[in-house]
Amino acid sequence: MDEATLTRTLPAQRDLRGWLGDRGVYLALALLVAFNLAFTANFATVGNLRLQLIQVVPVAIVALGMALVIGTEGIDLSVGATMAIAAALLPLYLGYGPWVAIPVALAAGGVVGLVNGGLVAFVGVQPIVATLGLLVAGRGIALVIAQGRLTELFDPTLAAIGTDRVAGIPITVLIAGAVAGLVGLVVRRTTFGRRVVAIGGNRGASVLAGLPVRRTLVVVYVVSGLLAALAGILDTARLSAADPSFVGLLIELSAITAVVVGGTPLSGGRVRILGTLAGALLMQLISATLIKHDLPDSTARMIAAAIIIAAVYLQRPRVAT
Amino acid sequence: MSADRLVGEAKAVATGTADSGGTEPRAGRREQVAGLLQRGAVFLVLAVAIVAGAVAFGSSFASVENFRNIAISSSFLALIAIGMTFVIIGGGIDLSVGSLLALAGVLAAYGSRQGSLAAVALPLAVCGAIGLVNGLLIARARMAPFIVTLAALLFARGAAFAVSDEGNTTYLIKPGMAVTELGQGTVGGLGVPVLFALAAFLIGLVVLNRTSFGQAVFAIGGSEDAAQLMGLPVARIKILVYVASAMLAGFAGVLVAARSSSGLPTLGAGLELEAIAAVVIGGTLLSGGAGSLTGTLAGVLLLGVIQNLINQVGTLSSYYQQVVSGAFLIVVVVVQTYLSRRRRL
Amino acid sequence: MDEIETPTPVLEVRDVSKRFLGVVALDRVSLDLRPGEVHALVGENGAGKSTLIKVMTGVYQPDEGETVYLGQPVSYTRPRDAQAAGISTIYQEVNLVPLLSVARNLFLGREPKSRLGLIDTTRMHRKAAELLAGYGISVDVRRPLGELGLGIQQMVAIARAVSTAARVVIMDEPTSSLEPREVERLFEVVNLLRARQVAVLYITHKLDEVFKLCQRVTVLRDGRLVHTGDVTAITRLRLVAAMLGRDVAEVQAHGVTSFGEEHQRRDDRPVLEANGLTRRHVLDSVSIGIRRGEVVGLAGLLGSGRTETAKAIFGAQPLDHGSVSVAGRPLRLGSPQAAIGAGIAMLPEDRKAEGIVPNLSVRENIVLAALPALTRAGFVSERRQDELVTTFISRLRIKASSPDQPVAELSGGNQQKVLLARILCLDPKVLILDEPTRGIDVGAKAEVQSLIDDLAGKGLGVLLISSELEEVVEGADAVVVLKDGAVVGTLRRDEIGEDRIMELIAQAGRASEGGADG
Repeated sequence: MDEATLTRTLPAQRDLRGWLGDRGVYLALALLVAFNLAFTANFATVGNLRLQLIQVVPVAIVALGMALVIGTEGIDLSVGATMAIAAALLPLYLGYGPWVAIPVALAAGGVVGLVNGGLVAFVGVQPIVATLGLLVAGRGIALVIAQGRLTELFDPTLAAIGTDRVAGIPITVLIAGAVAGLVGLVVRRTTFGRRVVAIGGNRGASVLAGLPVRRTLVVVYVVSGLLAALAGILDTARLSAADPSFVGLLIELSAITAVVVGGTPLSGGRVRILGTLAGALLMQLISATLIKHDLPDSTARMIAAAIIIAAVYLQRPRVAT
Repeated sequence: MSADRLVGEAKAVATGTADSGGTEPRAGRREQVAGLLQRGAVFLVLAVAIVAGAVAFGSSFASVENFRNIAISSSFLALIAIGMTFVIIGGGIDLSVGSLLALAGVLAAYGSRQGSLAAVALPLAVCGAIGLVNGLLIARARMAPFIVTLAALLFARGAAFAVSDEGNTTYLIKPGMAVTELGQGTVGGLGVPVLFALAAFLIGLVVLNRTSFGQAVFAIGGSEDAAQLMGLPVARIKILVYVASAMLAGFAGVLVAARSSSGLPTLGAGLELEAIAAVVIGGTLLSGGAGSLTGTLAGVLLLGVIQNLINQVGTLSSYYQQVVSGAFLIVVVVVQTYLSRRRRL
Repeated sequence: MDEIETPTPVLEVRDVSKRFLGVVALDRVSLDLRPGEVHALVGENGAGKSTLIKVMTGVYQPDEGETVYLGQPVSYTRPRDAQAAGISTIYQEVNLVPLLSVARNLFLGREPKSRLGLIDTTRMHRKAAELLAGYGISVDVRRPLGELGLGIQQMVAIARAVSTAARVVIMDEPTSSLEPREVERLFEVVNLLRARQVAVLYITHKLDEVFKLCQRVTVLRDGRLVHTGDVTAITRLRLVAAMLGRDVAEVQAHGVTSFGEEHQRRDDRPVLEANGLTRRHVLDSVSIGIRRGEVVGLAGLLGSGRTETAKAIFGAQPLDHGSVSVAGRPLRLGSPQAAIGAGIAMLPEDRKAEGIVPNLSVRENIVLAALPALTRAGFVSERRQDELVTTFISRLRIKASSPDQPVAELSGGNQQKVLLARILCLDPKVLILDEPTRGIDVGAKAEVQSLIDDLAGKGLGVLLISSELEEVVEGADAVVVLKDGAVVGTLRRDEIGEDRIMELIAQAGRASEGGADG
């Protein structure tokens, strides 16, 4: 046996460690829900459920786009800045009506994604550096557009999208659900989805198999940008205010955490949509649980850190030695 | 059996072989220029920026006073960027340094209640410990540096808030304590933090280029498998690098606290990204194995000069500084990538 | 002459076994090295040679058995420890750091220090230049190693390994990227080591070297020791038979591989024509023609440009000049997609880096290149996908628990078959196979060789690259010999033979020697 044989891995990651790395997030979520049902007052009310879902919407949507990018072994650090750009553009174009302002804001997200994708796919810049550049420049652009100010919005359509409900479910949650369904379908059943995981799994092999690697990468970053813009729009709609300094701050960290904890490895090659949603929900619930029990936010952060380490530790590939 | 004796024997073997085999052509002119450009671009741009600033703003930019200010405000980033250079050359990355700076600042102020020694020792010890955990997880548990230091970032930030009671309590360093000299003192007109940054730079320069440790860092970043097979203590060196990075960030935090006489848990957000930007702009390859501390220092200064220039304009909002920095980073990296692809044989 | 009594071995492994995930790599292997001897270790790919070395030097830990060094049982857990003890290894792939300079690579970990304990760069550069000059190499030692040719890099690796105070030097296929001139020099170094009573373990698949250089030879097959003894006591034929596990007479009659007789060609029309492929420092006006039903072999040393030629034709290697046409139509260069569209399919050299997508299933790996044909409105047609997969799994006899099994869990041979299935799904006109039987077991190897025969019989044009000269000799209808990126000769039918190929390679070297460099 020589090196070539070492491409072989352990049959059946059906042992505990492998399972925990892949699906542990559901277990953790279940445990946390159980804990809250037992010890947290007013947890099982419709109102509370609604609240948790509403709060998780932005992270969930961004995380869905992030999952696709991470699936290609990339990363998108600029999502928070993209949210801010979208939020900053809305008030400027609301004069033309919400159905002009919203597409403009979405398009801006697409443009950021296009730049990211172009840098990564055609110039060959590493994703972390390319999107880092956009993160720094993008936040600045958002601040310049909005002149650093928080702007209040007075548009009934936007407010309706942000706060109304259909059959008791907030519209923003419905939108997030639809996006999740769409992304999940794409990953599982479409050729594009296959290409994404193949590129992340083995880029060299994908090139030699004739896959349109560069085109696929650009699209993936554009999608991430679009979804980030969408999250920014929904967030702004909910608050009826756009604050470019705070919209989406540090959301890239939350999104990456949700994706990784949800079972999608940073090394690419596999995308777990349901897991990503569960990851986002888990982080949200941790935060909410701590608040309800009067524990400080700082504890939430430290727990989040521990969970990330645990999740990635379990995801390590086993190598034969 | 010394190398010299073997060389002697090998020479004996070689006599009689009259060929010139094994001669490689010298590097072509184009490759030489490209290499020079990649390494030296940052200095060129820095010089241009300084000259442009002097021309555009005259003495409000080109004064000793202003340069001193740039030096001071850059010194904290410089300390962090020095540590980051080692980490990146070694093939890794450290996202926790900004939060470590904040944590160290809070701990310094907290510890100052027990005296100046505690104000310095406590943050350094804690940051060193976190760096050690980072290093162990990365080197022994073989986890990705990106995610490990990301978790450390969250943890350190959380700890900073926890110690300062969610930001509600701001510990202050009593004026007149010895430790404040570290941040506020001057020696020969230069702020003490600047001296520390210079000292760290010089020591780092020697360690990186003139010690086995430094060579090992280059080797590990260049090809970890080869370094392993060549017998280098890879895990140990990686751990040391992360500990050093964390402690430099911790020390920078102590200096910040000493300068402002207080410890704020909100500081340093995004500082790690600025440090990465400075390192990359300075010519260090993000993929590891090649880089220079001098370049990093120039990158730090360049970022500082850009910020200063934008402030000089006054009418331009300071947000433009971010836009320019970001655009700059992208341009530099694109050029680097392009040049390195042309040189690939 | 060798001594009559057996001296005490300097390094011994006794009954060493090693398993990887249930697959036996070494099965109770014992071997001993005597001071001052050059001991050959031979065997097919996958026989366990590399594993044995890695057990000896602490890269792997054995499951059973022990290692005895200088009379003491030892157990190295890291390569450093073995090195420090005096066991030095030179690997087949150059395991140095390409970004570092030549001098730094030579002295990494052992840099000469000044009195202050800092590295004395001037002295280091001087010593490095001297050391290499002793091997007849004159390079700027400050240049990054990666910028130099593969042969020089290997010599630097050898120089580094030999310059330590080693008692045992293990060489794993050290001449695979060396010129004949450099090979001579290497032999001189080896004999020097012998004179110093250093033991040399010499792994090679070049049998000429075994008989020229070594005193004893050990043969491994499928992880087991099948022969060990003096080189003078065995013939070349019997050695090959031992390596393959076949009858001597059979080997003599039918050759070493499973390739059949010459392929019957349907017609003389070229299905692929590559002209003047040129890329600075890599390829020098390479031209190749393949006819329908013909197998063209590409032979040459490591680094001669075989893979680069293949990739250039396939569009995965940039070119300065050159043209390719498939069935008479010009091909757009630089795009694997275009090549696939024109009917060319390539099996890459490095299965791990460029072949399998490890986390995807067998099914997904097989259809990867054929996705465009399986797509309906953006969605993958599951039905057609499954049809294709079932067909090829049975045709190529791919052993997997189910088509959904992650391909990383398959054996090397089955993974290779999955990759073959992938490219055959494309119904290509031309197959480019780069080391198709590397690292797979003997059974799968035979199957692949027969498959190549079948495909040629069906009218496909095949470009075959293999480091196993027997495969090229027995499997190809025409052989193009490459050296330093240029074609140095083309052989057809009866002209094809191992000796002739080696001659062509050596000849070209001598021609350039009279040149004016230096």
